[in-house]
Amino acid sequence: MIAELGRHAAPVLAAWSISGVLIVGLIAQTLVAASRARRALEKVERRG
Amino acid sequence: MSIWEYANPVKFMRTSGAVLPWLVGATAICLPAGLIWGWSVPEDYKQGATVKIMFLHVPSAMMAINIWVMMLVASLIWLIRRHHVSALAARAAAPIGAVMTVVALVTGAVWGQPTWGTWWEWDPRLTSFLILLLFYLGYMALWSAIENPDSAADLTGVMCLVGSVFAFLSRYAAHFWNQGLHQGSTISVAPGDRISSVYSYPLYTCMLGFFLLFVTLLLIRTRTEIRRRRTAALLAREMRA
Repeated sequence: MIAELGRHAAPVLAAWSISGVLIVGLIAQTLVAASRARRALEKVERRG
Repeated sequence: MSIWEYANPVKFMRTSGAVLPWLVGATAICLPAGLIWGWSVPEDYKQGATVKIMFLHVPSAMMAINIWVMMLVASLIWLIRRHHVSALAARAAAPIGAVMTVVALVTGAVWGQPTWGTWWEWDPRLTSFLILLLFYLGYMALWSAIENPDSAADLTGVMCLVGSVFAFLSRYAAHFWNQGLHQGSTISVAPGDRISSVYSYPLYTCMLGFFLLFVTLLLIRTRTEIRRRRTAALLAREMRA
């Protein structure tokens, strides 16, 4: 599959991999923050 | 039923909770489908395999601008009607917009090198996009720097109004100055297709996938902001008791 990209393999793979890391990182950060906020609220609500 | 009912955090949480599973499903289908379709298109006669970068660059650039416009609308609703959910939605959207702007800038630079022979040029569109990224970073920093949430929402709302100039320029800079390396719009409603359907259909699918991803992440992040605000309010009540 990489061979099909010919002489442009490096820029295409670089663009796709950097974008993939950034977007997956954003999704992961969103889910972790959501989970932490939900747990923190549940903890405070249980106390009250 | 009025749209302003959703400014009520309880109503917003209930409705967004019901909609989210459908949005997650639609995003999980549409985004990978668009990207796989985009990856498998044939080489362009002029650009070769670098045309595959378009399926990331164009949707991310489109979202970078449109997310700022969404933040502008949400900020105006806050400034005029003082609905807290709209201010929190604007705050929640900013990191998504910043990531989209970085993706657009990085893929543009990587695409520019083999196409134009340079990674970067102080071209009107590229420069206004870089300034838009700085506005995103400044917007997020301002939210974090101010303790009082209402004051933070007021000041970031004003900042959003100012930054809209650059969001507008990012979109129309190539038309205004008609100079620089960057081409005009890839997609246009004007007659005469600028792009073959071999590329346009996967591109539209990627654009829809990026839009769905944004709405999904926006709802999750806005719900997180509402929960954080509620936690802070309960903790403050505990401290007073």
